[in-house]
Amino acid sequence: MLNFFLKRIGVVIPTFIGVTLLTFSLIRLIPGDPVELMAGERGIDPARHAQLLAEMGLDKPLLVQYWNYLVGIFHGDMGTSLVTREPVVKEFFTLFPATLELGLCAIIIAVLIGLPAGIIAAVRRGKVTDYTVMGMSLTGYSMPIFWWGLLLILLFSVRLGWTPVSGRISEMFWVDEVTGSMLVDAFLSDEKGALLSTLHHLILPAIVLATIPLAVIARMTRSAMLEVLREDYVLVARAKGLAMPLVICVHALRNALIPVITVIGLQVGVLMAGAILTETIFSWPGIGKWLLDSIRRRDYPSVQGGILLVSCLVILVNLTVDLFYGVVNPRIRHNR
Amino acid sequence: MRKITTRLLPVLLLLICFSQAQAKTLVYCSEGSPEGFAPALYTAGTTFDASSRTVFEGLTHFIRGTTEIEPGMAESWEVSADGKSYTFKLRKGVKFHSAKHFKPSRNMNADDVIFTFERQWKKEHPFYAVSGGNYEYFNGMSMPDLLNSIEKVDDYTVKFNLNRPEAPMLANLAMDFAVIQSAEYADKMLKAGTPEKVDQWPIGTGPFVFEGYKKDAQIRYTAFTNYWKGKAPIDKLVFAITPDASVRYAKLKAGECQVMPYPNPADLAAMKADPKINLMQKEGLNVGYLAYNTLTKPFDDVRVRKALNHAINKSAIIDTVFQGAGKPAKNPIPPTIWSYNDATVDDAFDLATAKKLLAEAGFPNGFETKIWAMPVQRPYNPNARRMAEVIQADWAKVGVKAEIVSYEWGEYLKRSKDKDRDGAVLLGWTGDNGDPDNFLAVLLGCDAVGGANRAQWCNQEFEALIQKAKVVADPKERTKLYEQAQIVFKEQAPWATIAHSMVFEPLSKDVVNYKIDPLGGHIFYGVDLK
Repeated sequence: MLNFFLKRIGVVIPTFIGVTLLTFSLIRLIPGDPVELMAGERGIDPARHAQLLAEMGLDKPLLVQYWNYLVGIFHGDMGTSLVTREPVVKEFFTLFPATLELGLCAIIIAVLIGLPAGIIAAVRRGKVTDYTVMGMSLTGYSMPIFWWGLLLILLFSVRLGWTPVSGRISEMFWVDEVTGSMLVDAFLSDEKGALLSTLHHLILPAIVLATIPLAVIARMTRSAMLEVLREDYVLVARAKGLAMPLVICVHALRNALIPVITVIGLQVGVLMAGAILTETIFSWPGIGKWLLDSIRRRDYPSVQGGILLVSCLVILVNLTVDLFYGVVNPRIRHNR
Repeated sequence: MRKITTRLLPVLLLLICFSQAQAKTLVYCSEGSPEGFAPALYTAGTTFDASSRTVFEGLTHFIRGTTEIEPGMAESWEVSADGKSYTFKLRKGVKFHSAKHFKPSRNMNADDVIFTFERQWKKEHPFYAVSGGNYEYFNGMSMPDLLNSIEKVDDYTVKFNLNRPEAPMLANLAMDFAVIQSAEYADKMLKAGTPEKVDQWPIGTGPFVFEGYKKDAQIRYTAFTNYWKGKAPIDKLVFAITPDASVRYAKLKAGECQVMPYPNPADLAAMKADPKINLMQKEGLNVGYLAYNTLTKPFDDVRVRKALNHAINKSAIIDTVFQGAGKPAKNPIPPTIWSYNDATVDDAFDLATAKKLLAEAGFPNGFETKIWAMPVQRPYNPNARRMAEVIQADWAKVGVKAEIVSYEWGEYLKRSKDKDRDGAVLLGWTGDNGDPDNFLAVLLGCDAVGGANRAQWCNQEFEALIQKAKVVADPKERTKLYEQAQIVFKEQAPWATIAHSMVFEPLSKDVVNYKIDPLGGHIFYGVDLK
């Protein structure tokens, strides 16, 4: 067991170094000079340009810059934003709770709807329900997030007036930041109606962000369930006269859940990618929108630091899922 | 006595409740997050809206909705006969805002003015390097070369001594980088070991007091009750940061905000038809142009430049690219700026003249060249690629085969400055301070060759005129010089001047007394809600 854990953790180290190298080189492969972007049409004096590049450490050879970046990481220093002059770590952790809150709500929605939908589709295989669920999940999976978000805003916020257009809370409230989670902070605050306003603001972006993971979970649950439902022990359970819901929930679902859990773990990466678009549409002040702005401004330290921290999160979640997978399924750890 | 108190208490409570219910809050759907709250350190209009145009004020002001100068923190000023010294009499009784961590003990005075400028100017100043110490506007406006000394004559008199006369000085001082910061606040924060707090929590003398910023989400202000001009009609001002233009429009329609900047051109028709929206519009202080590289062949020949100008159908560009929301440009400065020369004659769309000029220049069958199209949308050019296509088609009619090229924005700005650049570059400019010098010297001056002068054009006659206009104090004489300079420009045609765009600002019909700022700012002092 320990051997399995160590092997798994050992794989993480080269992944982490690979991510640092990728983030460092990819942002530099995009043409564009942060100083020129800052100066705009006015332009900048060449001497001042060189001076600013030197101040930002961008005048050094790439290898030196990469080495400095790595040394910084191991000292917990991800650098300072070229735009705001704030430490990247501080900026990231100021915004991360908003993304985490949105991501958690999205994954809860995706699991709560996706799992039962997949089960129903599997049980009613080949029937209208199955086709409906699969058709809808395929549509959800293929839906461009930007378009989907705007469509929901136009319908529910502008036409029906049921939900607010964007933001985390109504502009009429000012909730002091305690935990960073607006739901918790609004609950703790004295402002009446703040919690309701927060929930109101969370609905649409969470649905939009949940759409793709929901579709994936529903499809995965269906195929896993179909496989399990063919197994002998399910037939035995049914032959014993057990009620169908009991067979599905106790005997089939528990075994079908293993690949589904892996897929849910993998959705963390999908959620982070989706967050970039969802946060932009809904003016959600999270790291997705911040990363996009940083890329546009060629804010190298913010992009490098931000992507690295997000990657660490994805690696961590996948590692946990992997280890958990090994714990629940002994065949996996013994095979390795 | 007790009876009176008992009877008065409900009335008082009612009054308090009533006054709270009446608090007027204006929500502005801003287009992005500010880089920070110290205008001297940054260059983006978004940052200025959130700081210099709400919390701070300069020695001089632009009258709201115009580019005319009025007294600000300086009540009056005198300019010496040689134009090299400006003595400002400061306004007395101007109070700084208070915050939890700072209570000002004195009113604004000469120390604050000196602190503001020396911080950006003198490297040995304790605040020079704070928050990165990049003062791009201060440097860009050549202030280090211009300033000789700043003297405190007394608590309410400050004298700026210059190395040379600078006629646009008062306009320069009305710009965002020159807003007055509190020296007392800076001193206190320095002693507390948190000097950067000065740039994170702004304390100014302006009409709105900064209350807090939630990164990428919201900025809040309250009206400053002790503002020297009188409290703003609205009580609270909220910036709801909404980067997407479609979402800003949806918020405006849903009543979640009352003012939004930068609408999508495609939404303008629907906005005009919406009974709840007041779509304001104004001619922008901008110019969109196509700059030839006058240092390279064939653009070094004025006949070629003139020929190409005659081969551009500007009306088609206004219709297809600006969708009617623009005006053909004939001068390098917009008509809203003083000294605009309406007597200049534009190069009319005339293919026969174009062909004739090309033949005279030795290109009867045209030539091959490049048109650079910007990859971004700007107020002076909403769709550079489309504009380039229209010009490409027009030039093809006179035998000039143009290839359209584009680069990433930062790269585009950098490469377009090269003196040996190939082809003609689409670009533009929005004025900083309403002075013609801010267009003519910045974009066409000899010092700007290899920089913002994308035409790489250095014409001695033009240069002499704009340099003279810079040092002459008399506005009438300056006007004449700039008018003359525009004639030289037109004759020499270093650019094809394309268009001046309209600026649109959709508001809720509940908003009254909003004025579009020709300098591109969003100013809320004086604005009220029905």
